[in-house]
This record gives sequence, C-alpha cells and structure tokens, in this order.
Amino acid sequence: MKAEQISVFLENKAGRLAEVAGILAEAGVNIRALSLADTSDFGVLRLIVDNNEKTKEILKKRGFTVGKTNVVAVKVTDRPGGLHNILDILYNAGINVEYMYAFVQQSGNNAVMIFRFDNTDKAVEILNKNGIQMIDGKTLYTM
Amino acid sequence: MIYDMEFETLPREALSAIQLRRLQATIQRVYATVPFYRQKFDESGVKPGDIRSLEDLKRLPFTTKQDLRDNYPFGMFAVPMDNVVRIHASSGTTGKPTVVGYTARDITTWASMMARSLAAGGAWQDDIIHNAYGYGLFTGGLGVHYGAEKLGASVIPVSGGNTKRQIVIMKDFGPTILTATPSYTLHLAEVATEMGVDFRNLNFKFGIFGAEPWSERMREEIERKTGMVAVDIYGLSEVMGPGVAIECHEAKKGLHIFEDHFIAEIINPATGEVLPEGETGELVFTTITKEAFPVIRYRTRDITSLNSEPCICGRTLTRMNKISGRTDDMLIIRGVNVFPSQIESVLMEMDEVEPHYQLFVDRKGNLDTLTINVELGEKAFSDEVKVLQDISQKISKNIKDYLGVSAKVKLVEPKAITRSEGKAVRVIDNRKI
Repeated sequence: MKAEQISVFLENKAGRLAEVAGILAEAGVNIRALSLADTSDFGVLRLIVDNNEKTKEILKKRGFTVGKTNVVAVKVTDRPGGLHNILDILYNAGINVEYMYAFVQQSGNNAVMIFRFDNTDKAVEILNKNGIQMIDGKTLYTM
Repeated sequence: MIYDMEFETLPREALSAIQLRRLQATIQRVYATVPFYRQKFDESGVKPGDIRSLEDLKRLPFTTKQDLRDNYPFGMFAVPMDNVVRIHASSGTTGKPTVVGYTARDITTWASMMARSLAAGGAWQDDIIHNAYGYGLFTGGLGVHYGAEKLGASVIPVSGGNTKRQIVIMKDFGPTILTATPSYTLHLAEVATEMGVDFRNLNFKFGIFGAEPWSERMREEIERKTGMVAVDIYGLSEVMGPGVAIECHEAKKGLHIFEDHFIAEIINPATGEVLPEGETGELVFTTITKEAFPVIRYRTRDITSLNSEPCICGRTLTRMNKISGRTDDMLIIRGVNVFPSQIESVLMEMDEVEPHYQLFVDRKGNLDTLTINVELGEKAFSDEVKVLQDISQKISKNIKDYLGVSAKVKLVEPKAITRSEGKAVRVIDNRKI
C-alpha cells in the first residue's frame, strides 16, 4: 500500500522550479501532486508523477539531485474530523508524520492525503488494522 | 607628540646613511649565521660585500612565508638560543605556525617602536592605556604592553574577551587610550550600549587599532560611536609585531614606517620587480636592526603604496597607505586567519558533501561574515528538510571547531559551483576595505 515519491533538491534561486516543470512537460510526465518544502537557502520538491522511472532518469540527466521515497496515500473522509481521526490513530500508535500534503484529485467522496511517516511499514499496518483506506501507487499515479 | 625626536625627524640623507650601514651589517650577519640566507644568497650569486648602496638591496632574493615554515621552528634564528629571551608565533595557518624569536635588545627595540607608535597615536606619559589586544603567542598584547611601559604610560593589561568586565573597567578606571582590533572596538561599543553606557561619555581620547584590515568608513563609524580619534597601526610578527608603522593622529593619512629599523619596498607581486614610489604593489620588508630573527626582503603579501611627502606631524618617515588587500588567498575574518585549504580539508572529511565549494566574505554592519557554498552529495540528499539542515549545521560546527571561525553553510546543487580549468576561484571577498 505504499506509493513512490520523487524528491528533488533545489537551490533557492529564481526559475529553478520552472525549469523542473519544463523538463517534465517536455518529457510528457504528468505531475499528480507536489509539495515544496523551503528554507532560506534551499528547497526540496516532492512529486507524485505518472512515471517515476522516467522522471528520475530525466532529471538526473539534467544534473538534478533526485531521490525516491516511499509515501502512503490515505483516503480521508471529506468531512469535519476526517483528518483528525487518522492522525489520532497514528499518534496512539506512536507514529510520527514527517510531512504531508494533499493530492489534487478526490477519490469518490474522499480527499487523498500523501503522508511521509517515520516508520512507513508500521503506519500502513496500523491504518489497515483501523480500516483506513489507502491507495496503492499504481492506482494513484493514473488516478 | 614625537617620542624619539632625533630618529623620527631625521633628514632623508642622514636616514639613508643609517639604513645602508645597518643593512650591510645585517646582511653580513645573516650570511654568516643563517644557513638559509647563505644558501639563497649563494644561489643568487650575491655576496654580502656586493651591497654597496640601498639600491643593491633589490639584488637580494625574497624571503617568503613558506621559507619560514620550511625552517620551522627555529631554523631562521640568527643567534644561539641562549641569547633568545622571547618566542612568539603567528596565529594558526595551514599546518605550522611561524615562530619568531627576540633577544633582549630586540625586545627593547620593539618596546621603543611601540612607544613611538603610541605617542604618534596620541598617547603620552599621563595616559592610561586600555590594552584589549590578546596577550599570548600573538604579538599584539605584549607588544603594546611593553611599549606603553617604555613610554611611561599606565597600562591595563585587560587582553581580549570578557567584554562586560572591560566596560566596567573603562567606566571605573577611566582609561584615555584604547588599543584593540577595530572590529572588537565596535563590539565593545555595542556591548556598552546594551549595558546603558555611552562610550562617548567615557574618558577615551584616542584609539590605536590594527591586526586586521579596516576601511576609512570603519574609521568614521568607530569615531562616531566611540567619540575617540581612531588611528591605524601596522605590524606583523615576522617583521617584529605591532609598531612597524603607525598613523600620526594629526594627519591620519598613511602610516609612518620606522625606517631606521625597517626598509620597505613595493614590488610587482607577479614579477618581483621593484615599483617606483606611489605605485601600488606588494609590501616587502627588510629588518636592519633585529638580532634574533632578521628577515631579508620578506614578502608580506599586503598590498599598498608608499608616500614620502613631508607630513604635517613633522616626521620625515615615509608613509604607507592603508592596506588595500592581500596577494594570497589568506582571509582575515574577525581577526582569525583562514585559508581556503583549511576549509577544504574539513569538507573533505565529510561524506555528505562534495569537495566543491566557494567562500563568500562580506562585511555586514561591523562584522565580517563567511558563507560557504558547498555542493550536496548525491547520497546525502534526503526528502526531509531537517536532515539537510543537520548537514549544514554539522559543517558549521566542524569549521568552528577546527578553524575557530563561525561560518554560514549553504548547500547548493551539484555542479552549481563553476568549474574552472585553471585555478579555481574559491574566494569571493565582497568586503569593501
């Protein structure tokens, strides 16, 4: 129930993000979701795309530092308390959320959130046990 | 005031005659007692007897910092150790420090040069000198100290650091002269303000500042914030220590070189050719009275020019302009000598980064800042920001531990640092000095 996320190291300078977007557009890669973590000096761009291998390869070729990480796409009931319920379960199991961001598309009546946990396998197990729905990578990339 | 009226106001011809006599004696002596000089002179085909005029000085080979390192620690001493009464060493540089020695007479000479300097900078016997230069292997503290005593002033040997206590002493003891690095002086002024003490209401009249390059703008700022007249002092341990040259407080326009003890030349750093007066180049010193550690045509790597026009203070001594830069890549950051190669070796020991880096030196407000751009290694990259921030903090800490200087570390993308085919441009110094 894990999905792959591509991360890119970006210097904090004008036009760098546009460059990444341009390279991906050129290669016909569709960005499904993204988040940009920034500090005063650098940023880390995290991407869910429809073609991980191609993205990684093409960005590397263009001189970017690229990483691949496992994240979990969780279906969150789209109503008050939906997110809280999930975070509560994780908290009680002692799992930390490193970061999270929203997926663009809904899945039925659910919002989709991308989670990066400190212990991914355990998180998946706990969420499963509590009947929380997740979306596997394959489905996610082409949703 | 002029401390040594006779020697500081000699007619130029008389001064030249003294210089030649002392130069010839020095050359004879180093040839006889220092194997390094004998070998270098022999290789250049110059015998001590060939030095018949001051013009002949340029026939002698240069001495470099590397030569001093090669003869570490005592290889350049011209007297047996029983005659050496003091040893100083330069602040940490690449590898070994440079070690210098003094005979009892050298110490006396140095004290006289410093007494002259303090007097030129506005001090006299009734003054109280607050000496905030560091005491120790560094020549600053003890150099000023002996000079102050020689002059007959009262000296407070407060040394560097413990800034709040210094402010209390300034308030309670009422010193009239401050000797310190210019950057520390501005720090003192800031701390005083924090403590509710207005520096301008203290008893200070003159400040004698040196050991690091500083600009006219910094002088204006110091004078405005402290209410004292700020003069520049120059020296380096290889030549003696502080007191090689001093600005007079009357003109504050160039530093008088004590030419009856040191001969200054300006050379083209690339060719070694001696440049005519007024042209800018590398400052080279020959000591002509030192016993334990004479240096012949020592390349200081400091960039300046000379000016022998008469000065309003009455001294006939040639003036050197404020140092405008350095020929080598040594950086002086907040008084600490930093070589790019030292930073390189710290980075080389870390797996997280590539050995591609660039140093940016800026002056923000009064303080020098060092920023290190370094390329992040592929394997160290993480999608978590905190992991990357830990890497830059670890580098900062290592730099601080090894070099004693704080630096801001900025991780950059691979290949972000321009590769050069020749010598890499490692240092970008944006300080306006």
